[in-house]
Amino acid sequence: MDGQYSEKVMDHFKNPRNVGDMPDADGVGHVGNPTCGDIMELYLKVRDGIIVDAKFKTFGCGAAIATSSMVTELVKGKTVHEALKISNRAVAEALGGLPPIKMHCSLLAEQALKSAIDDYFKRNPSLH
Amino acid sequence: MKKIYLDHNATTPLDPRVLEAMLPYYKDIFGNASSVHEFGRQARKAIDEARVKVARLLGAKDPDEIVFTSSGTESDNFAIKGAAHSLKSKGAHIITSSIEHHAVLNTCKFLEKVGFQVTYAPVDKYGVVDIEAIKKAVTEKTILITIMFANNEVGTIEPISEIAAFARQKGILFHTDAVQALGKVPIDAARLGADLISVSAHKLYGPKGTGALYIRKGVKLTPLLHGGHHEKNRRASTENVAGIVGFGKAAELAVANMKQETRDIEELRRTLEKGITTGIKCAFLNGHSTNRLCNTANISFEYLEGEGIILSLDMEGIAVSTGSACTSGSLEPSHVLTAMGIDPVKTQGSIRFSLGKDNTREDIDYVLKVLPPIIERLRKMSPLYHE
Repeated sequence: MDGQYSEKVMDHFKNPRNVGDMPDADGVGHVGNPTCGDIMELYLKVRDGIIVDAKFKTFGCGAAIATSSMVTELVKGKTVHEALKISNRAVAEALGGLPPIKMHCSLLAEQALKSAIDDYFKRNPSLH
Repeated sequence: MKKIYLDHNATTPLDPRVLEAMLPYYKDIFGNASSVHEFGRQARKAIDEARVKVARLLGAKDPDEIVFTSSGTESDNFAIKGAAHSLKSKGAHIITSSIEHHAVLNTCKFLEKVGFQVTYAPVDKYGVVDIEAIKKAVTEKTILITIMFANNEVGTIEPISEIAAFARQKGILFHTDAVQALGKVPIDAARLGADLISVSAHKLYGPKGTGALYIRKGVKLTPLLHGGHHEKNRRASTENVAGIVGFGKAAELAVANMKQETRDIEELRRTLEKGITTGIKCAFLNGHSTNRLCNTANISFEYLEGEGIILSLDMEGIAVSTGSACTSGSLEPSHVLTAMGIDPVKTQGSIRFSLGKDNTREDIDYVLKVLPPIIERLRKMSPLYHE
């Protein structure tokens, strides 16, 4: 398993970026369920349509933690509309690839991001 | 970095004395054991001696009750398919348990596809198979009961004597997969009354690629491999002489040292278990508290998924495994913990520590030092965990 993970994945697993809660988040995404072994919570802080901060908490395998960490890095500084275009493949590629059996983790990261942005639009309907 | 191996249920290191015993059979004594000449006779003699040693460890009355195979998996396949084929005319019903190794479970599933019926007896929350369920499942068509001696994931030892006695009384063939038990629990085949027992060398410091099936005298199995007259027509293939010699040496060492080794290992395991369950919150043991393999501790760490723990321990030089999802290339939670009725969320964070004869108190102390911060770090990332 270790051997199947790229150095980038291991780096983000060992030193995950942006772990934590965000009580004053502007958008919160919550996807997955514990029975399947994956839950991802993603928090976004948005100023003038730009994502200025992101945090996550994840219950899941090494790849799930690494993809969560990577997606928080990828969205920072992007507009919410740009962030919506980030695909699971882009997350996986940014990590130097994922073992095929772990690709669903990147999908979860994409879903968490979409869910957080949806939540942001719900709170700010005029900005949609 | 210090390397600590705590995954002996996956495989064990080859004992140097076993390697020493094997080496001549990779060099000068290379003959085919079926050959009539001196080269062949030497190989034959080595196999015969190994057979006696393995028979002794298993408590077989006659060394001819031991058939060497290539693995525990092959032994399971041979026992189950062999019995199914040879007894087909009598019936097509097999009873097993829901926590067997995949070598047994998937063999049974294959037989279901070709017309056999299989009953999977449930287990209780400690992983002990429900004997009453086995008794109730028996019909006049039942030809085989196959129940593992001890479970590889949680270490629970099954009531094999009782099941064997019941099977015998009903005239039903009884097989046990003792791959994980051999060398850890005394096995006395003659007294146990089992008809078929699967074992493997690499779980007791022997080489990979060598297993054996104990076939009680008088029991007829249809062979898995057809070909030459090897192993008294029960398993065709040129014998893996060096591997068999290694199995023999490993068996000899086990007979001599098992009592003391298992006692020492059990003490270390208790220290590890106690240290973890008292030092880390929300960590609990899976499996039977007393009726369990000396070396196995399966522990669930709530709010976590196992792979993160394995990767983190690996970075500290500690090798363990998980019964749960992900690592084994399967995303399904452990079928064993699921059958035991463990909450599916808790099965995700289960880790199997399996100790061996070369582990020391220092190894265990090191694990107990590095594990708590790992669990704390991972829990801080988990949305399920609230301090």
